[in-house]
Amino acid sequence: MTESWLRLAPGFFALGALAAWELAVRGFGVPVYILPGPIAIVAAFLTDPGGLGGSLLATLTVTLTALVTSAVLGAALAMAMAASRLARAAILPWAVVLQVTPIVAIAPLVIIWVGDPFASLVVCATIVAFFPVFANTATGLAAGAPEYFDLFRLYGASHRDTLLLLRVPVALPYFLAGLRISGGLALVGAVVAEFVTGSGGFASGLAYRILESGYRLEVARMFAALVLLSLAGIVINLALGAFGAAVLRARDGP
Amino acid sequence: MLDIVSVERRFARGVVALEDVTLRLEEGNFLALLGPSGCGKSTLLRLIAGLDRPDGGRLTWDRGRAPAAGEIGFVFQDATLLPWASAADNVFLPLRLRHVSRAEAMPAVHDALARVGLAGFESARPRELSGGMRMRVSIARALVTRPLLLLMDEPFAALDEFTRHGLQADLVALWREIGCTIVFVTHSIYEAAFVAQRVVLMTPRPGRIFREIVSTLTPGPDLRLDPGYATLVTSISKTMAAVLAPA
Ligand SMILES: Nc1ncnc2c1ncn2[C@@H]1O[C@H](COP(=O)(O)OP(=O)(O)O)[C@@H](O)[C@H]1O
Ligand SMILES: [Mg+2]
Repeated sequence: MTESWLRLAPGFFALGALAAWELAVRGFGVPVYILPGPIAIVAAFLTDPGGLGGSLLATLTVTLTALVTSAVLGAALAMAMAASRLARAAILPWAVVLQVTPIVAIAPLVIIWVGDPFASLVVCATIVAFFPVFANTATGLAAGAPEYFDLFRLYGASHRDTLLLLRVPVALPYFLAGLRISGGLALVGAVVAEFVTGSGGFASGLAYRILESGYRLEVARMFAALVLLSLAGIVINLALGAFGAAVLRARDGP
Repeated sequence: MLDIVSVERRFARGVVALEDVTLRLEEGNFLALLGPSGCGKSTLLRLIAGLDRPDGGRLTWDRGRAPAAGEIGFVFQDATLLPWASAADNVFLPLRLRHVSRAEAMPAVHDALARVGLAGFESARPRELSGGMRMRVSIARALVTRPLLLLMDEPFAALDEFTRHGLQADLVALWREIGCTIVFVTHSIYEAAFVAQRVVLMTPRPGRIFREIVSTLTPGPDLRLDPGYATLVTSISKTMAAVLAPA
């Protein structure tokens, strides 16, 4: 009984908050171009589900491409650093530089250099998403207790075997935790890049819809786009959580 | 088997872990290294295993060369099992690292698990095993290559007394059965007196060999009931008191 109430509590809270919002907007007569109520927002979505849905798809495509790129690049560079101190010395400072540079500041440059709009967005989102998965993997690859490394040395293990049989499986949960953080950041990066490039002609992502609706004072549609963005973020987070759990189950067996 | 002559090991900040350690390991002998925490027991074991190098002195093997991979087994205080691998795969690891195929290795793996009393637990994961059973897997892993020398670094220190007694008795039985040389690090007088033929006492840091006590008792599971065991414990305790007494 109490358990099921606890499970339902967030839903009821949200319903209550939405109802209060709708009532307040109506009661105080707030104009829709300032603050639309939830019903107006849903209506705005329903008048053009294809437009907003297509934009969502465009943003998600950039996000997922950037996430996969970050994961592959991050894992590969982290492994290179684990394999060689020279690689570590060469890579680490640049990864930090990349991480501390505000994406808004370099996005225009990226667009000029890369040219292709989709690729530009992916590069920007990758720059934002790259660091957590990279840094986490690097940490994980070195996280085995010293006794394990002693054990592998005792049996004359090659670097390759130590990497594959010890470092990589130990690093897996670190990589997955990093991937989950990077997933959220890839979305943020995609949206920020869309904002910067939106005026540059590549106009299809959700960020562009938000800008466009803002110019037209279609605030309800703006909110609808925002809601879609939040939902996308939540779904990405949950999906990566479930993916991580499944991978660890596969690693650890029945 | 091995002559350790005037070995010295220093670490950063002036820590002298071992100073002028001279010790001879005899083939087939069960030797306990006994000393307080921080006296350099683990350091000495790592030097013997070739995982570390001395800053002075030398280690001379009777055969004229250091043991090859697999000729030394090492058991740590923690079982150091791969948590994602089954008991059999954990025991397989040393052979796998030497590129023995799984099919070829399995008889040896099953034999090693059976020797430590874990026949039937091949597919169990470490998290499904008790601390004592995990330590047994760790011992099976060390034995699977049929090592000449087994080095054990406080292997039972983290176990409860009941489990510890069982493992001590089984280890002694195993040693008598396979006849390898064992160096067993411990900080427990009772444990050293129970398992070993030779008890080597070390001084607090800088670690030096203080004295050696030879046990004339017949090893076996009921050794604790032997009046000779109590005498041995008393004699080690007295020597220990002499180590700790200000010069
Ligand atoms: N890798 C290391 N670097 C620095 N100091 C070390 C290292 N290994 C051991 N020591 C120091 O050497 C001394 C002996 O350590 P150890 O051999 O682990 O002692 P024991 O195993 O007898 O408890 C301790 O003071 C320890 O801090
Ligand atoms: Mg120690």
